[in-house]
Amino acid sequence: MNMIRDHSQPFVEILTLALADEAFALDACMVSEIIDVVPVTEVPNAPNYAQGLINVRGKVVPLADLRVCLDLPRLPATIDTRLVVLELVIDDEPGWIGIYADKVYEVTKISASAIEAPPEVGLKWPSLFIRGIARRGADLLYILDLEAIFSSIRQETAGDFHDADRSRAMLATH
Amino acid sequence: MSTGPDPIAIFRAEADELFEQLEAVLLDMETDPCNDELVNTAFRAMHTIKGSGAMFGFEAVASFTHHMENAFDLVRKGQLPVTQALIELALDAKDHMRSLIEAPDKADMELGEAILTRLSAIIGAKDHTEAKPKPPVAVAVPLPAKPKPAPTHHKFRIRFRLAQEAMKLGTNPLPLLAELRGLGECAITAHLEDVPSLDDIDPSACYLRWTCELITDKPRDAIDDVFLFVIDDMELEVTEAEDVVEDVPPEPLEPVQQKAPQQPAKSPSSPPEKVERREEPGIRVQAERLDALIDQVGELVIAQARLRQFANSFNDPHLKSLVEEIERLSSELRDTTMGIRMVPIGALFTRFRRLVRDLSRDLGKEIGLTTSGEETELDKTVIERLHDPLIHLIRNSLDHGIGMPDEREAGGKPRQGTIHLSASHSGPQVLISITDDGRGMDPARIRAKAEETGLIAPGAELSNNELFHLIFEPGFSTASTVTNVSGRGVGMDVVKRTIDSLRGSIDIESVMGKGTTMTLRLPLTLAIIDGLLVRIGHGRYVIPLSAVEECVELTTQEDCRTHGRDFLDIRDEVVPFLRLKSLFNVTGPENHYPKVVIVSTSQGRVGFAVDQIIGDHQTVIKSLSKIHSNVKIFSGATILGDGSVALILDVPRLIDFGQVNDNRLKSA
Repeated sequence: MNMIRDHSQPFVEILTLALADEAFALDACMVSEIIDVVPVTEVPNAPNYAQGLINVRGKVVPLADLRVCLDLPRLPATIDTRLVVLELVIDDEPGWIGIYADKVYEVTKISASAIEAPPEVGLKWPSLFIRGIARRGADLLYILDLEAIFSSIRQETAGDFHDADRSRAMLATH
Repeated sequence: MSTGPDPIAIFRAEADELFEQLEAVLLDMETDPCNDELVNTAFRAMHTIKGSGAMFGFEAVASFTHHMENAFDLVRKGQLPVTQALIELALDAKDHMRSLIEAPDKADMELGEAILTRLSAIIGAKDHTEAKPKPPVAVAVPLPAKPKPAPTHHKFRIRFRLAQEAMKLGTNPLPLLAELRGLGECAITAHLEDVPSLDDIDPSACYLRWTCELITDKPRDAIDDVFLFVIDDMELEVTEAEDVVEDVPPEPLEPVQQKAPQQPAKSPSSPPEKVERREEPGIRVQAERLDALIDQVGELVIAQARLRQFANSFNDPHLKSLVEEIERLSSELRDTTMGIRMVPIGALFTRFRRLVRDLSRDLGKEIGLTTSGEETELDKTVIERLHDPLIHLIRNSLDHGIGMPDEREAGGKPRQGTIHLSASHSGPQVLISITDDGRGMDPARIRAKAEETGLIAPGAELSNNELFHLIFEPGFSTASTVTNVSGRGVGMDVVKRTIDSLRGSIDIESVMGKGTTMTLRLPLTLAIIDGLLVRIGHGRYVIPLSAVEECVELTTQEDCRTHGRDFLDIRDEVVPFLRLKSLFNVTGPENHYPKVVIVSTSQGRVGFAVDQIIGDHQTVIKSLSKIHSNVKIFSGATILGDGSVALILDVPRLIDFGQVNDNRLKSA
């Protein structure tokens, strides 16, 4: 998984996309397919970063919104909006997940030496969310560490839901 | 045998079945020590384990089992009585054999030696090492036994002929003949008329047939046992001669005529026994292949549902009848496929007999286990996952439920406690109950304990049923003493969680001083459920049909809110209902004719108010990903005919959730 910043490989393949108006990149290895927006089934009481389910070729895939995770504005869908389906390991369990992208640019190779480690300070996001920063011309590309993002946000929100198991605790207090 | 799955794995699987059979028989022997049939079955199981063990290179198993087999041979001959000690030993030996097969390197050789020493102590002064170097190939050459004259002797006429290629396959007729001779007085004649002229002879073929006049005190089964491994490929005819010899002293007669069978030039010295012997015709299939099949059938069911929805938009009778045909076929195919996975629960029950026996001895209690409904079939995965929870529940009954014999006697009960395991079908569910006639659960003690640990507020109003369910809370145990059997309060919550994950539920009935019944309700299968498709707002949801009792209309008169809680009056019964629309926080057009789906749960009848009832829907369950593992009110999702995703409601969790919500409203 850690192909990014692995300097034994001269190049890494990344998928570049836009979330709100920032440019991000993902390790292309984990991308399974890029599809147009499909009907989304809302999951009541789901965490707000993953409120939907989609059907991808017979598979039920959760749809996450990285813009919520990264505290970016949620723009309404446009003609450019795409869903990127990823194969990802979450809590040691391999699975599928879809994410919104306001725009998908391209799959490209960049030289491994052009990727820098994220600085400890000065980022908008926790530095563990960012696997590396690549320079492309004048632009900065943030290469996201999705595993880290999802596992940290899952822990953060774990306590927030109306958990059925708490019913007994409620019985005790009321 | 040369192709296909790993023969060692097949051997292990077969040995497993034999061990289970052996254990069951040994346990039966405890209550019925005089039953010859049981002894014979035990003997045959050991014989087969020994033979096939040797064949697959489990020499240690073969030589160990050999001793056990000899001992049971003595039992068969009536020279060794069936005693508690022998059964005890045989059970230990069975465990040892199993460990020898499962992990030959890790098996405790000293334990094996100890068992053999105990065995020889039981048999008498017979030194077991004398038989040791004997290769397992020499099948059951009986000990130099002098059959004591039994009251009756039977005279059998045995005719048999081996298949022509039998010797190529490794069967050697000589040991068979030797075994026959070992059964009693025996006159064997070889018939040579089928032997061709020298030019045509195939040196590795078997052209002979034999007749044998046998006078023996053994039952007919003994003869069948001789041919146990070759019976599939041979002609065997055994007739009992009319002239039963009464009390003839068995004079050691020399066989009248005994021609050595023409031994062809050294038959290959491969093992003499065939393993491909099965009582019931059947095939072993790898679980993954079955799972793949079930997956595909699941997809087919979805595609079929889509086809039906699509066909409904046309008014073409031909298309409709075709769709109906396909629907029928695919639902039959689904049932058949599910049927493949179904196994009777009896095998699981058998495993607990040993547990109950050993545990009650350890605890110094007298407890018997009875079972019923062994033939009830359940999905194999469900059965496998039920093993641990059932062990927990049985242990609990043994340890907490049933008291010491003296205590029971003082309470006017028989000294021996009883645990009854039963299984039965109830609609689309399977009920498994564990009933004990022990002390029963004490609601007051549970309440005291729960208040002490802060699980419930002091004086909280809870029904007995709700109190009983507190035992499934983590860390809850009323047992004042912790034994190594139970009482640590871990386990019951795991039981609950496992049963929940199987989409089942647990009912508890308990009367103080009378006993406790725990009933597990489980779905027949995990892969597909029948569901009721409903609409709430713009979303569609599936309610498992097995829970649904009826659907009623929510008229405006009935739709009167009282204190934040909603009730319906159905045939003079007050049924609370949850408004799923507000519970799910979904928006949508106001519906003037909402419906209420009444479901039955362990806590009674509860209604779910929905906007529309769409119809029944066969549903392939797709589990939700980890991302949504916190959303517990849905047990999974499914794909509808139009390709969109619908969520499946988890009824018990949804009701719990509704209660929490209610409490929140009240306290707000």
